[in-house]
Amino acid sequence: MSPRARWTLAKVAVVAALLAIWELATRAFHVSPLLFPPASTVLRAFARSVENGQVPGYAAQSLQVLLAGMGIAAVLTLALTGVAVTTRTGSAVLETLTSMFNPLPAIALMPLSLLWFGLGTGSLIFVVVHSVLWPMSLNTYTGFVTVAPTLRKVGQNLGLRGWHFVAGILLPAAFPHILTGVKIGWAFAWRTVIAAEMVFGVAGSQGGLGWFIYQNRFEMNTELVFAGLVTVIVIGLLVENLLFRWLERATVVRWGMSAPQR
Amino acid sequence: MAADLLRVVDVALAYERHEGSFTAVDGVSLVVREGERFVLFGPSGCGKSTLLQAMAGFLRPSRGSIELDGKPVLAPGPDRVVVFQEFDQLLPWRTVLGNVAYPLRVARGMAAAQAKAEALRYVELVGLAGFAQAHPHQLSGGMKQRVAIARALALSPRILLMDEPFASLDAITRRKLQDDLLAVLRAARTTLLFVTHSVEEAVLLGDRILVLTSTPGKVRGMVDNPAAGSRHTASAVQVQRAVDELLAG
Repeated sequence: MSPRARWTLAKVAVVAALLAIWELATRAFHVSPLLFPPASTVLRAFARSVENGQVPGYAAQSLQVLLAGMGIAAVLTLALTGVAVTTRTGSAVLETLTSMFNPLPAIALMPLSLLWFGLGTGSLIFVVVHSVLWPMSLNTYTGFVTVAPTLRKVGQNLGLRGWHFVAGILLPAAFPHILTGVKIGWAFAWRTVIAAEMVFGVAGSQGGLGWFIYQNRFEMNTELVFAGLVTVIVIGLLVENLLFRWLERATVVRWGMSAPQR
Repeated sequence: MAADLLRVVDVALAYERHEGSFTAVDGVSLVVREGERFVLFGPSGCGKSTLLQAMAGFLRPSRGSIELDGKPVLAPGPDRVVVFQEFDQLLPWRTVLGNVAYPLRVARGMAAAQAKAEALRYVELVGLAGFAQAHPHQLSGGMKQRVAIARALALSPRILLMDEPFASLDAITRRKLQDDLLAVLRAARTTLLFVTHSVEEAVLLGDRILVLTSTPGKVRGMVDNPAAGSRHTASAVQVQRAVDELLAG
């Protein structure tokens, strides 16, 4: 068996062990299913709500907000870092803004977001943009300024200027950092969107997974609360282990710009 | 007599350091003629690489002028392609073929298919046809330098500027690449300006050898080299001695 397959198997074994402990413990200690339903009940509830389209619908809503937020943040990142690498003022602006806003939790902006954008998707997207813009900008900027001087000279030697230089040399050369920024951004965005939906959900926007979880707690459908959490975890795992792994292997690993991974 | 191609007149190059302004090159004049192989030879710190950077347009002289075909050099451009010493001069995200073809598209405006065909010709010329689809990180240092040479030649620049491209290679690989460079240049007929601190390399590659002294870099003298292209022949050894004596003053 290849080391990679063994590693994957080990991870699966950890999940299986956790599920088994969960199942046995809840049954052995007769825990109230209203507080902590057994794993089997949760998985059945999860399967049911996937089947009846409830979970996919809510998940799609959350992902839609998340992708819109990340898309806007990506454009802003490109603009901000583009100005920052080409002008001194720009880099001062970027550094000041990121040090001010990066530590500010997205949730803390929610009252303002509600005030400015009202109840609805706009407010959610705003807080998602805030949560991913700063880490993505920081990483992209680091990527740009650490491009090897020789590569810059090669680009200049070819007569590349302005946008052609950015697209032809800087972006691909900084790609390992940019990818890290996107991965961090994704994790932040995912947390933010779930948390924000819980607040907005009550206020009556069309619901995402956060709202699904919140609503089911309200109705004491504890197994569905767990099913919602399972969905959040499963989507996180899929994106991290399939999408990002694939992206890394198709780019930075293939180009020899990162250490090969398990 | 061939026409003057690159003309450097009374150039001084200085850059700012913590301790203040540092003069790397002072009052250097030289002329590279069309079609010749010109070597800038000198010890470390004589400013020969700095001078090459200025000819490439990466640096502005603090005094004097640099002209290519009678026009002042103000910025880098694909009419003066540089082959650097560093192995990381290839674009890691492009294949060997892509590294040679991409510049043809952006700097020469070739269509993708044409650039690819042209690039393949040069990849074959440097003996890397079998690695056309490999990425740079899969190549040895010598192979990377071969790709850089192919990329530079494919652009058919007015002058090829080589900044100690073989200095980081082992002795055996270096010899092989020197011989192959000579063969390739004979085929391509490109004007060459080659910077080195190795007297053997200077005498092997240069039709004329300009000897520089250090701190700041000044011209010590010019040596005509009838032994170009040969190693260890009596005349090569004689020219090496002449260069060494000139350097020692």
